Parts: sequence; structure tokens; C-alpha cells
Amino acid sequence: MSTAVATRRHLLGIDGMSRGDIEGILDLTDTFAEVGRRPIPKVPALRGRTVASLFFEDSTRTRMSFETAAKRLSADTMTFTAGSSSLSKGESLRDTVEVIGSYGADAIVVRHAMAGTAHRLADWTDACVINAGDGCHEHPTQALLDCYTLRERRGDLDGMRIGIVGDIRNSRVARSNVLAFSLLGAEVVLVAPPTLLPPSIDGWPVTVSYDLDAVLPNLDACYLLRMQSERITEGLVPSMREYATDYGLDARRAALLSADAVILHPGPTNPGVELTTAVATDSRSVILNQVSNGVSVRMAVLFMLLGSGMDLAPDQSGADQEVGG
Amino acid sequence: MSLVLRGGTVVDSQGERVLDVEIGDDGRIASVGNDLRGDINLDASGCVVAPGFVDLHVHLREPGQEDAETIQSGSRGGALGGYTALVAMPNTEPVADCAAVVEQVRHLGAAALCEIVPTAAMTVGRLGVDMAPMGELVDMGVGIFTDDGTGVQDPRLMRRIMEYSTGLSARLGRPVVLAQHCEVSALAEGGYMHEGDWSSRLGIPGQPAEAEELMVMRDIALVRLTGAHMHFQHLSTASSVAMVRGAKAAGLPVTAEATTHHFSLTDAACASFDPVFKVHPPLRTDDDVAAVRRGLADGTIDAIATDHAPHTDHSKEQPFDSAPPGMLGLETAFSLALEDSGLDLPEILALMSWRPAAIAGIGDRHGTPVVAGSHANLCVIDPDETWTVSGRAMASPSSNTPYEGRTLRGRVRHTISAGEPVVVDGEAMR
Repeated sequence: MSTAVATRRHLLGIDGMSRGDIEGILDLTDTFAEVGRRPIPKVPALRGRTVASLFFEDSTRTRMSFETAAKRLSADTMTFTAGSSSLSKGESLRDTVEVIGSYGADAIVVRHAMAGTAHRLADWTDACVINAGDGCHEHPTQALLDCYTLRERRGDLDGMRIGIVGDIRNSRVARSNVLAFSLLGAEVVLVAPPTLLPPSIDGWPVTVSYDLDAVLPNLDACYLLRMQSERITEGLVPSMREYATDYGLDARRAALLSADAVILHPGPTNPGVELTTAVATDSRSVILNQVSNGVSVRMAVLFMLLGSGMDLAPDQSGADQEVGG
Repeated sequence: MSLVLRGGTVVDSQGERVLDVEIGDDGRIASVGNDLRGDINLDASGCVVAPGFVDLHVHLREPGQEDAETIQSGSRGGALGGYTALVAMPNTEPVADCAAVVEQVRHLGAAALCEIVPTAAMTVGRLGVDMAPMGELVDMGVGIFTDDGTGVQDPRLMRRIMEYSTGLSARLGRPVVLAQHCEVSALAEGGYMHEGDWSSRLGIPGQPAEAEELMVMRDIALVRLTGAHMHFQHLSTASSVAMVRGAKAAGLPVTAEATTHHFSLTDAACASFDPVFKVHPPLRTDDDVAAVRRGLADGTIDAIATDHAPHTDHSKEQPFDSAPPGMLGLETAFSLALEDSGLDLPEILALMSWRPAAIAGIGDRHGTPVVAGSHANLCVIDPDETWTVSGRAMASPSSNTPYEGRTLRGRVRHTISAGEPVVVDGEAMR
């Protein structure tokens, strides 16, 4: 792990990270992937530390992934979801965060529907803040797990050609991945209708295409973004059907990809929209690997921010053993 | 008791000269000359003595949001900023859309540290559906109507308001001014900052410049149709400035203001995600800032305003998207004009004093030349003194200044409102 990573107090976004920072986390992830394969996938590295999850927006997957990661590191966890919150009683975000800090949280994992929320929290708390998705801005642990998954499958991202397909405008996954993929040396092409692209991509390290068929044969990886039905009511595309016709990965299009290409999706998928069920279970699809790697990456991130850097030995205490977390 | 401002350099619409200014008990300038002595003598050496500033765009929050600002606290901030008149926006709770609320504002304003000029909404409740009782309000002396915070969306209603207003000008004794917050809601809704490079990168939904420009374009067309006097509030885009320039060249009765933040800050500031930089219209690009400065320099824009919009700390301790828009401006405006507008001092004074005074219909008592007989609404400013901005140190109960920690040049030393020294040596007297 590089010095820059070791001294970092928060993980707010890929923006501002270096290639070395990312590679340091990916290298550390190998260690935790190994822990995950043990019969008892748990180490005492973060015993006595408390990880609070603040989820102001529904997310079963990311929340469970972080909680599993925290428990495998023997951290205590607490969860705050918006439904049970006092935010609806007029409390400011800052009040909420200060209260959670006063419970002794060492790290706060935050998901919010609005951009910059994790950055705001970082100004108000002594805890390490981990951005688990802020509006359309960033989702750095998703990008890290995607990079890890690509590296696992292909060895190295350097020189890879990666297509990101779909609702880039509204996607925090896309923003983080554009930065992360290009930092690691990949070429990124965005494939979407103009209405699903950001209003400006001046300065983005990407090219753009409106023609998925033309792009697919040249790709080493095809990253499909989740398409939400709101985009129809917002008038960004005419219908899910037309979107699927022009930008969905079906068997015909999958055949245009090379045999060793990688198909990714952050989940959950809309079967028949971003990709068909057959393509999702194609041998080139790594969608389930993304999920399992998510736990390992998040263990690495928590350990990097909270750990002493010491104790990765198997947990021998027996006092609070939990298999699988 | 006479009051003398000693040793300053008078700068007004007639030019510049070194003079002492004597102010009498009647609230007017008794005499100007050299070596004058009064019962009270205020040092103005090294300072500029100028007509007091007039802000065409201030949110005083009273009635309704007194935890953010009151007419008293807002007027104190104004006096500290060198203002002797503040034009109070009607988006209070309840809305100033009828005689009762306007009367309350006027009543509270009578005890303020500077003159409070009430305005009224163009439409009932600022809802953009029914015309407010403009005749009744004109008869109370209201000369500016605005739904500020939102523009009147319906072009048919806007046309009727414009037509109707022209029939009231004779009763008011001057043209009724309609002040528009130009923003087409259908394009702007759901956007929290300027749409462009920064919004795309930050993932904050943006509102395009065209949301403002389309309404500027529409209203210029309707002014041509109706002959109403339209005042464009807080112009923020290059095309808006260009359209107003064209309308003036065509001889249409339009005026415009720009805020201090629209010539001193850009959308890049939003990268902090701190909603102290959230404002409507939003902070724009470098090109827009340059266009606003050109508009101020060439006379297209008639006034520097603040759009002073206090919000409690609590309400700004939110994510960028959900925090309310607006920033403090009264105590920083003059310094920012000096530092960031690119204008020289006489140009700044024109844009902050006599030109807005004329638009507000108070040119008989504000922005007047510093000569015997004029109303004594004056400020004494030290263009060289530097100070560091602190939201907490400001008169407002709110602290949402986007310039926190910045060291600025130019400070108000004294402010004289209707003959009363309300600010002396940088301190409010009440």
C-alpha cells in the first residue's frame, strides 16, 4: 500500500486519487479475497472499531456488502436508514451526522441521493467517511471492485478498450469508472444516445459513440449501466423497448464481442433491457464476480482507513465468532 | 446639532472635489466647503464621501423568516455596507401581494437604519396565476412589482400585467417598474447549479443558461408590444447581457441589474459541494462573468445589486441539492465591486447609488449630488482599508457569505442615513 493511501482519511471519490492509490487498494484486496476463501472468513483486524452505515437511499446490495466486509474484519456495525431517521423531523444532515459520531463511529459509510453528501459529512465528523454513492456523482468502491474484477479476469487494465453503455448522465458508477479505468491505462468509449450523456464531457478522457454495433467488435470489456424507468417519464428516451433495441446487449450483439471480452453490470439488472438473461449467464459475464469482489474491496478500504496495518491472522479468540458475518 | 464630515474627497454624479460636508438637523446637507466645524465631527480623511448606496434587490425575510434576517438586522447590514436604501423583495411569508403586508414592511422599515423601499408581487401569492391588486398598491406608493424567486411563466398573463402597469404610471407619477426574475421553470426545474462542465463532472443536476435567456427574450418582445418598463433582475449569462444591450439600442424601456457574485464567482466554486455557493440564478462560467463585467462597463447593466439572501446555518447544513439558494451580500458588495468588477470608483458609485436610485423612484433623496439642500444620505468609504470577511461577524443572524476568509479592499467608515450617523468608524450605532 502506498503512503498516499495510508494517510488518506476518507474515501470520497476516485477524483483526486492516483494510479498508485488505486493499485495499492487492488493489491490489498488480494489479501482479503484470500480471507474470504477461508473456512472461517474472519480476521480480528478491526476489533473494537465501529462502522456506521448511513443509507439515505435504498440499497440492499451495497449496504450488505459493506456490512459483510465490516463483520469479516470483526468491526462492530450500526445501521441508519432514512426510513427510521429523524431527518424527516426537520433535523439537518449535520445534526444527524454529529449524533452518529457521538455514538463512537470510527467510519461512516454513506449513501445519499444527492451529489456531494459524503464530502459535506467529511467536514462535520472526525470519523472516516466512505462514499457509498452520492447522487449522480461518484461510487468509488464500485469502481474499485470493477477494476479488481477486470484485473482478475484480464491481468491488467493497461491498454484495454472499455465501453460504458447507457445512462451515463445519471450514473455515479460511470463517473467513477471513467476516472478509474483511464487512470489504470484503459481507453474508454461512452455509448449512449445524446440525452443520456452528461451535458458536457469537455476534458473527459473518453470518446463517444451512438452506435453500439460498431463499437462492440473493438471492445475488451463492455460495461452496461442500469437503465431506470424514470428516464422515460423524464423524456430522455422514448421507451424501454427502443432503448433495449438500440443499446441492449442481446445474443446477436454479444456475438460481436470477442471471445475473451468481459461483460459487466453493477446490478441489479433489468432482464431484457440492458442485457438478456442468456447474455447475463454467458461465460464472459462477470456480474456475480463483481458482487463477491465487492466484499473483498470494501474490506481492503475499511482496513486501509481504520486498520493498524497489522493483524490479518485468522481469528483465534472464539469469543464472537460468526461464520460469514 | 450639526454634523460635519471632515477632510474627505466628495465623489458624486458631478465629479470629484475635496470638501467638508455639513449636515443639519433637518436631515439635509446644510453646506459644503472647507474647514467646516460642527457639533459632531467625523473624520473622513483619506476617504471618499459619496451618495449612499441603493440596493435594488434585497431579501429581508420579514415577515416570516425572522430567524434568518429581520428588517432591522438587514438594514444594519446595509448601513455597514454603505447603503442608505434597500429595495425589499416581496417573497416573504405571507407574500407582499396586498396592502396589509406592504404596510407592515413599511411600518417595520420606519425604525430601520436605512430607508426600506417595499415592493409587491406581480401575481397573487407569487403563484403566477392571478394579477395582484396593482392599482391599490400603486396608490400606496409601490413602484416596483416582482415575483422574484420565480419568473411569471405564463406569457399571456405577463403580457396583461405589462399592459395593465402602463395604465398605472400616471397615478404613480413615474413609470411602474416590473422586475423579472428570468427563469423558465420547465427548463430550470430540478437543476441546482449552472449546467455545464462543472455540473457534468460533479453530478449535480444543472439548469442551462437558456432557462434565463428564453425569458429575457420573451420579455423584450413583450416590452416591444406593450411599452411597459421592464427591469431585468440579476442578469447572469452572456446572451442575456447581449439581448438587453440590443433592446436598449432599439430604444426599449428596459433596465437591468447584476449581482456582485455574478461578476466575482464562477460555477467552479460548486466543486466544494458547499451550498453557500448555491444561488439562483446559478454561478456561471468565466465567459459569463466577463460578459457581465462588460455589461456593467458599457452601460447595458444599470445597477450592481446584491440579491442579499440570508439563510440560517441550519438550512444550509444540507446536501447541495436540498439546501435553499441564496447568499449574503450587503456587507461585501462595495469591496467586491472595487476588487472584481474591473470598474473604477466613479463607475462603481454610479452603479451602486444614483442609477439604481433612479430605477427605484427614490432619486429625489438618494444618489443626489453632495450639495447644500440635498438629503443627507451619504457614505464615507476608505478605498484602501483591507478587511477579512467573516459571516459570523456580520449584522445578519445568518452567516452564508461565499467570501468567508477572503481579504478584501475597501471598507465603509461612516454611513449617514437621513442625516443620522448610523455607522461611525465601521460600527453600527444602533
